[in-house]
Amino acid sequence: MTDMVDQMRVSAIAEKVNARLQKRYAVEKRFRFYGIASIVIALSFLAILLVSIVSKGYTAFLQSEMHLSITFDPALIDPDGTRDRATLSSADYAALIRSALEARFPDAADRTGRREVMGLISQGADLELRKMVMADPSLIGGTSKVWLPAAASVDQLLKGHMSRDADKGGQFTERQLGWIDSLVASKDIAGRFNKWLFTNGDSRQPELAGLWGAVVGSFYSLLVTVALSFPLGVATAIYLEEFASRNRWTDIIEVNINNLAAVPSIVFGLLGLEIFLNVFNLPRSAPLVGGLALTLVSLPTIIIAARVALKAVPPWIREAALGLGASRLQMVMHHVLPLAMPGILTGTIIGMARAVGESAPLLMIGMVAFIVDIPAGPMDPSTALPVQIYLWSASPERAFVERTSAAIIVLLCFLALMNATAIYLRKKFERRW
Amino acid sequence: MQIGGGLPLQRNGQSVERDQKVTASDVNVFYGEKHALKAVSLEVRANEVTALIGPSGCGKSTFLRCINRMNDLIEGARVEGRIALDGQDIYDPKLDVVQLRARIGMVFQKPNPFPKSIFDNVAYGPRIHGLAQTSADLEEVVVTSLQRAGLYEEVKDRLSEPGTGLSGGQQQRLCIARAIAVSPEVILMDEPCSALDPIATANVEELIDELRENYTIVIVTHSMQQAARVSQRTAFFHLGELVEFGDTEQIFTNPQQKLTQGYITGRFG
Amino acid sequence: MQFVTLVVVLILLTVVGFRMGRGRALQVGGAKAAALHSLPNYYGYYVALWCGLPAVALIAIWLSFEPFIVQTMVVSALPPDIQNVPAARLSLMMNEVRQLAASGDYTHASDAAAAAAAERYRSLRATGFAAMAVVALVLAAAGCLTGLRFIHPDLRARNRVEGVVKIFLIASSTVAIFTTIGIVLSLLFESLQFFRQVPVTDFLFGLDWSPQMAMRRDQVGASGAFGAVPLFAGTMLISVIAMCVAVPIGLMSAIYMAEYAHPNFRSVAKPLLEVLAGIPTVVYGFFAVLTVAPFLRDVGATFGLSIASESALATGIVMGIMIIPFISSLSDDVITAVPDSLRQGAYGLGATRSETIKQVVIPAALPGIIGGILLAISRAIGETMIVVMAAGLSARLTANPFEAVTTVTVQIVTLLVGDQEFDSPKTLSAFALGLVLFLVTLGLNVIALNVVRKYREKYD
Repeated sequence: MTDMVDQMRVSAIAEKVNARLQKRYAVEKRFRFYGIASIVIALSFLAILLVSIVSKGYTAFLQSEMHLSITFDPALIDPDGTRDRATLSSADYAALIRSALEARFPDAADRTGRREVMGLISQGADLELRKMVMADPSLIGGTSKVWLPAAASVDQLLKGHMSRDADKGGQFTERQLGWIDSLVASKDIAGRFNKWLFTNGDSRQPELAGLWGAVVGSFYSLLVTVALSFPLGVATAIYLEEFASRNRWTDIIEVNINNLAAVPSIVFGLLGLEIFLNVFNLPRSAPLVGGLALTLVSLPTIIIAARVALKAVPPWIREAALGLGASRLQMVMHHVLPLAMPGILTGTIIGMARAVGESAPLLMIGMVAFIVDIPAGPMDPSTALPVQIYLWSASPERAFVERTSAAIIVLLCFLALMNATAIYLRKKFERRW
Repeated sequence: MQIGGGLPLQRNGQSVERDQKVTASDVNVFYGEKHALKAVSLEVRANEVTALIGPSGCGKSTFLRCINRMNDLIEGARVEGRIALDGQDIYDPKLDVVQLRARIGMVFQKPNPFPKSIFDNVAYGPRIHGLAQTSADLEEVVVTSLQRAGLYEEVKDRLSEPGTGLSGGQQQRLCIARAIAVSPEVILMDEPCSALDPIATANVEELIDELRENYTIVIVTHSMQQAARVSQRTAFFHLGELVEFGDTEQIFTNPQQKLTQGYITGRFG
Repeated sequence: MQFVTLVVVLILLTVVGFRMGRGRALQVGGAKAAALHSLPNYYGYYVALWCGLPAVALIAIWLSFEPFIVQTMVVSALPPDIQNVPAARLSLMMNEVRQLAASGDYTHASDAAAAAAAERYRSLRATGFAAMAVVALVLAAAGCLTGLRFIHPDLRARNRVEGVVKIFLIASSTVAIFTTIGIVLSLLFESLQFFRQVPVTDFLFGLDWSPQMAMRRDQVGASGAFGAVPLFAGTMLISVIAMCVAVPIGLMSAIYMAEYAHPNFRSVAKPLLEVLAGIPTVVYGFFAVLTVAPFLRDVGATFGLSIASESALATGIVMGIMIIPFISSLSDDVITAVPDSLRQGAYGLGATRSETIKQVVIPAALPGIIGGILLAISRAIGETMIVVMAAGLSARLTANPFEAVTTVTVQIVTLLVGDQEFDSPKTLSAFALGLVLFLVTLGLNVIALNVVRKYREKYD
């Protein structure tokens, strides 16, 4: 009797469970799908971002240049024949270009024609000529065919970013288009490697605008940041991990560090503006000040990473050293620190990678000015790579869009390199206790 | 030491051959390369307590976890052979593992109540399987389960408090109540008392004896005395093999295998 | 003599001091140095410290105070009528003087007085530097000799040296505290000056933000010109949109990676998601302007909606993308930290995986997840570059994501980049905004860190 009741009870329950099973499995499937969909969505955002920037930027690595036959007329450049550097430096090279262009395009004789034909070549082309002559004065008196940068608008047209049609934003007259076509036909205009992007400082002419100034500025900033934050960060971590007793003061320091790690970076910029620029009167826009601000930004990160690395060293190593009679400091310096170093270095490199990409504090301390010269040291005014990107993105010329994208590509490559180094270090030297 | 605690139930004054509730035939379990269980065959009879004993690492927990297919959750685990519940192969693709686990409940070594209220802990199983249609039904199930687990009197006025706030012994009884609430047919217990103090242990053992009236119980224990106290049948495992299986009384007073005798007399542990 | 040269010479001196100290110690203690208390190297370090530390301290103090002293001297040498000019003009003039002195080229000087002052500045600084160099070197040499005199077998050189090192370690640790103090002081100082000109209530509750207009004489301090509520509203609007993007995607990604994913999949997907975190925010800003905003504008056009090109929606979406890895990696950590026994308990009852996750794991991990979300909100509020590039400048009080709004950080940047006249309420308001930003993010961080810490204590 009990058996039959048992059986009935069992089958009743089994029925109930069965009834809901389908629905539960459907929910399970949906849930799992949401999970994978989220990851796919997130990664496709990443892909879209990278693709859109790379596709807009890779064309900037080529720059349209014109192959012109220039007569280095001594009468115009060096009338006294002295090859005096001052004279050579201040000569009117634009005139040489003008006569070369007019020779190439005889129908540009009228005034509008002359203006239009000069519009085909970069406004800074005369500076390029000057560089050539100053480097090699033997060019004077002869005729040579040289490559000179074309105007940015021509470059954009040839890259397909600008329409030929004036109604659709084209900037060229029919005559100019005709000249450009003939240059293309005679292979006197071509896309060549854009060396100015990597050798020049910033410029108002997009075709001559380069990253080198920003790269050097970033380099000096990074140098200052590493030189300051690494010793300070490691020293703080060592003190907190190995020496400090757990009292109110160390608690306060710890809370402080955790909070500073989450403070928005622009607040550090305000701090830098107030203290470094106003109180200490350090030079504005200098990588030194930028480096100081970035030190404060990255210090908490390095301290936290160093503490984790120090914590990971097992206690029996410390006990063994102390047991042999080493002092606390010796134990730390000779044993713990070397073992924790790979982790500390990894954390530092990752912190530095973040600092390289930081731009908000730099805006505050003035590294956002238009600086043409390449800085010679950490005290010279300069800009930094991410700030340069910001400045270029705000420029109206169409050509700056591809240059901003190219600059981003350079920055991302550099960051990828840094992170890869950090990961390589971690994999190679990581110890599993 | 009372042996074979709890006599086999009698009907009409005669002991009845119990039905085979769970049967295992030639079960082998591999964790990757490691051969954890070797050709194990045994039968678990309905409404009885079957104890699995043996030194650590001998495979008794592994075998237990096969019965409700918890080994499926482990990467690289492979089960060969046949295990049947009421004659039906539990690895049959037509059989749903979620359903299986509603019929076979489990209590773990360390009490693991959910960080929810006592009520919600016990109600969880019935809720997900849709066993109670109304909240009155649900309450009835919870109260009954708590009563059967011997916990109700102690917690009846604090059912909304978190389950994690109870003592170790109470938490384990809560886990037992939780397992009972889905009305399983078999309850598997993996060293349920090893994390408890002696008084709580005694409570749980008493509970096991009461539970076998309605449920089939398989218990893994490393305490021979406990096995002797609560079970009717005992299986002795050693290094992944089933060495001896029989009535508890016989195993402990007159073991057939030398290994069994060695273990019981404490020659190895 | 250049600064770098001075530093190099000092370093060389300390090295010499080290060698001399070590040599002397060996001399005094016998060839095997057995009688010495510490290793010979420590005596070397001892002398090196005596040599270098006083010189470095002197240089630090000198360099901190010299500019101020020189400036005072130059100002006092100016013709009296220029001296009495209002402070702002005087500081402008001194700026020019400093720049002229630095460049050495006085042809662009505004007047003869400036040129003369620049020349004076330059010569004073040169003299000052020379004097400092001499004193520093003398101190170094003297220190070296003094240190040598103390060398004796019983001198506990190691203890002394380690003591100095410990002081350095402690001093480094205080940098963090000084940074916080510095932030608080600098923000407070300028903000208090601002609040003297514009009442706090007007700032915090005013609805009209137009700092440019406030430059007219009659409007400075007039209520309504510095009302920051539209800024707060704009910041919140963009942050909410960002959270709506980041939380679902981040949380579900974390759940999938922690509970469902095959280890191979996880080892590929997790670093890829981290890449999103490593991309500089200026790149995100450019992406928003270049791709997202035009795309939204076009999509809106096809539906007949007019979406501004600086819409809060575009900015919010991109910010959300940036925050996804934040939430996903924090959530992944807390979900993985939930003890497995809970999951086993649920599976043992016959729960499916999604039921276990939704009803057991996530509730157990909830405090940690909430802490992570709070930290992410704090990040969104403080984000600068994305909003500067993609959001607008017009302070509009609206809840419509298709319109352009501005945020607190955008205004801080706009007010301070470019020519600054200090003490004008315009630039001071930036510091007041910075103070509000700092306090709000500090509050969020404290709550979040507390929540996460309590959660960790429960499970450790």
